[in-house]
Amino acid sequence: MLHTVNKSPFQSSNLKNCSRYVKSGDALLLLEDGVYAAMQGTEQSGLIESLLSNGVSVYAISADLTMRAVSQPIEGVTAVDYAGFVDLVEEHPLHSWL
Amino acid sequence: MERNLMISVHRPPHGSIYVQEAIEVMFIFASYDINLSVVFMDDGVMALKSGQDGSEAGMKGFMASLGALVDFEVENVFVDEESLKERNISVDDLVSIGDDFDTDVPVYPKVVSSAEIREMMDKQQGILPF
Repeated sequence: MLHTVNKSPFQSSNLKNCSRYVKSGDALLLLEDGVYAAMQGTEQSGLIESLLSNGVSVYAISADLTMRAVSQPIEGVTAVDYAGFVDLVEEHPLHSWL
Repeated sequence: MERNLMISVHRPPHGSIYVQEAIEVMFIFASYDINLSVVFMDDGVMALKSGQDGSEAGMKGFMASLGALVDFEVENVFVDEESLKERNISVDDLVSIGDDFDTDVPVYPKVVSSAEIREMMDKQQGILPF
């Protein structure tokens, strides 16, 4: 399963809610304001860190990272371009958290 | 009578049009005889993070507009310290809002506590939230 989250973790509980339904081997893609969850050392960084340590593959759209100056995302988060987004959607069934 | 107006910016900068609109409104009110304060808080502080680059996303962004605020005499720009801390954004990581008229030294948003923001809010005739 591929889960996508597009809201800031400071403004929405979507990522927290989503993480209850994500299991090891699943993929999580952060996009738009969702990429703020990938910032290091914030009060919300623990969400992504615990997903990574539970074997979830975490991706973030590169254009959304650069636009928001998230230049060094949490270690283990993979930046992907839009073609990479398409590949992920092709490989997994999708659940969008909006 | 002196009129005080505050623009408060709460939302993150790129996911919606709100912050862009807030900046437009700052420039509009700059042309009126009003004592304008701008406060960035909650996810609004993300708008002040340096290094935002929309070129990969094909977006122009508003960084140039923020850097022109002082030129339009919008100088009372504040940012909530607690919101910066929650997001691990240091004071050194904030963008300049222009250069001082006399000294040409870059001007930065003033970091203030939530208590100071509360005091400022008490003195306003109106607050426009974005």
